[in-house]
Amino acid sequence: MGVDKRSFLKQIEPEGLNQVVPDDFPGKVIPGGNGGNIVVSTLDNVINWGRSNSLWPLYFGTSCCAIEMMQTGAPRHDFSRFGFEVARPSARQADLIIIAGTIVNKMAPVLRRLYDQMAEPKYVIAMGACAISGGPFFYNSYSVVKGADHIIPVDVYIPGCPPRPEALLEGMIMLQEKIKTENMSKKVNPIDGFDEGEGKFVK
Amino acid sequence: MVEKEIINKMKTEEYFVNMGPQHPAAHGVLRLLLTIDGEIIKNVDPDLGYIHRSIEKMCERDSYQQIVHLTDRMDYLSSHINNEAVCLAVEKGLDIEVSDRVKVIRTIVSELTRLASHQLWWGVIGMDLGALTTYFYAFRDREMINDIFEETCGARLTMNYNVPGGLMFDIHPNFVNRVKEFLAHFKTKLPEYDRLLTGNVIFQKRTKGVGILTKEDAISYGATGPVGRGSGFACDVRKTHPYSAYDRVEFKEALFTEGDSLARYKVRIMEMWESMSIIEQLIDNIPEGDIKTPTKAVIKLPKGEYYQRVEAARGELGVYINSTGTKNPYRVKFRSAGFSNLSVLNHITKGAKIADLVATMASFDFVIPDIDR
Amino acid sequence: MKNEDLQNIINGFGENLEFTTEESEFLNVIVPKEQLHEVCNQLKTNSNLKFDYLYCLTGMDWGTDLGVIYHLESTELKHLIVVKVKTDDRENPTLDSVCDIWRTAEFHEMEVFDFFGIKFNNHPNLKRLFLTPDWDGFPLRKDYVDEANMIVK
Repeated sequence: MGVDKRSFLKQIEPEGLNQVVPDDFPGKVIPGGNGGNIVVSTLDNVINWGRSNSLWPLYFGTSCCAIEMMQTGAPRHDFSRFGFEVARPSARQADLIIIAGTIVNKMAPVLRRLYDQMAEPKYVIAMGACAISGGPFFYNSYSVVKGADHIIPVDVYIPGCPPRPEALLEGMIMLQEKIKTENMSKKVNPIDGFDEGEGKFVK
Repeated sequence: MVEKEIINKMKTEEYFVNMGPQHPAAHGVLRLLLTIDGEIIKNVDPDLGYIHRSIEKMCERDSYQQIVHLTDRMDYLSSHINNEAVCLAVEKGLDIEVSDRVKVIRTIVSELTRLASHQLWWGVIGMDLGALTTYFYAFRDREMINDIFEETCGARLTMNYNVPGGLMFDIHPNFVNRVKEFLAHFKTKLPEYDRLLTGNVIFQKRTKGVGILTKEDAISYGATGPVGRGSGFACDVRKTHPYSAYDRVEFKEALFTEGDSLARYKVRIMEMWESMSIIEQLIDNIPEGDIKTPTKAVIKLPKGEYYQRVEAARGELGVYINSTGTKNPYRVKFRSAGFSNLSVLNHITKGAKIADLVATMASFDFVIPDIDR
Repeated sequence: MKNEDLQNIINGFGENLEFTTEESEFLNVIVPKEQLHEVCNQLKTNSNLKFDYLYCLTGMDWGTDLGVIYHLESTELKHLIVVKVKTDDRENPTLDSVCDIWRTAEFHEMEVFDFFGIKFNNHPNLKRLFLTPDWDGFPLRKDYVDEANMIVK
């Protein structure tokens, strides 16, 4: 109310607006004067930068890996440092689905529906041996789907049973790297041409 | 007056609501079919199997050593205790008496597992009832136990530390000091837990008198662990059928008679104190001895039936092994505490509000792979 | 109470009851399926037995026979017993439900129905609990065939 934005910002940031630009911003910011800035970059870079630093994960913790996923959000590992802390229980608000645990035949349609409900762009991390391939339940199990990639396309695989929190962080940062190289004009919906492979829903 | 009459005359329709299988308050992939009249629950019908991994069938094709690692993945929060149950059953069949050192180490690690499990539960019950702070406090302290486990056996969660006949490795030289460090730390933190949540007015109002289970029902439904003991059912297997080194330590069985969610909460808090006391009694005099009684590479149990009960963090875990004398068991059945505890849910939440169902479920502390196996 | 005393009391509950302690640490009682409900009821209500806690209910496939194993304990008198019941009908196996005696049996019997296909009379809500309703076969039976997932031993 009557407070000039520029003068207010100058109060808290005496050096001026230039300092607000983060170090990893992909482009050059030139102060244009009169409250405006000129940004020199590509739209792809700026959008990817925004996307990769604020991934909202949908928690799909079915078994043991969910505990390590919770541990990753806990004080010691604290994935909010990388912008992952806004965990959503609803698929419609999420960008990323972390499959933490075994997927069984009864769960497979649910997982597919949640994936379909997510808005584009959407990414998938398969955490742990079960989500990668069925893991310890590969042989002799009549109800386990042998890998989540028989149901939905997966971007990053994190091995381990369960993976350590550091491994999950590494996988998430790897996904950020992947997002940073994306090109909007060439981007396709990952579900297009997705091959469920042999042995899906094997009974 | 007139308003009440109108409300009574109004016809309301019952409807179904799916809670789960992907629900943040269900602690996993439990699906409940709720029949609801307004906010009042008329019926709770659990639909399981969203994480049913056919462990019992797999056991019939595996050797006895291989079974152990599958039990880690059942109730992953008390993985060491599950391992112990299978190993004790196999040792019973082979007629092996493990050394005192193994017994004491198993007991200490079991109690550490129970502490870690109850810490996680304490963090999660707060989250379910809308208090996020508990989560951060509990997971901070839990990391210390995970570090001890990692140093001892290389894994943080699914430990696979027990093998039939003893232990996989000896304890790490730092083990005793690290455990003592943890106990000293946690003794100052557990009263903090109480100050933060137990006396909180909102927490008390949401749990006191909610989801009352009587002792008779607890026995009839086979509700064990903190759920049974919150109702006055003295079902602690460590007391009734002692195993490992529990017959040489002194501890109180946490018993409350109220039977509501708050009583189940109090049982777990008291169990944390008792677990620490058990560890303290054992940690200074771990006897010398072998860490593994040698078994044959291919274990063949003599023909017969073997049953072993242990007290997991969620209640009584039973392992039934039927052997025909071959290298694979003929039938393995896991009596999991969560499965029996879940059968009570419909009985005690009928007529309650949906919010009370969440509070009751939080006090039950379900681990769904334990229920589904 | 000693196993012999238990046996003497239980022997009066029905005809053709078999007792054995071989290959088991408990006293095993094999009950004909017609008398199952009656015997179980007596086990619970008899003032000398008071088996009020059914701590494990296991479905079983003995190759030819299907059946159920009940592990019972008295919380007051602290004695243990195992009750077994068998049926040789593999096409349409039917047993009496005990869920009116021990409420925990309701869920466990649903599990046995799901994995072994044993139907229970007077069960309030018998349905497939773990597997989908259209699942073909009963996976924990010994003659269950699943060529895609099971490696041959």
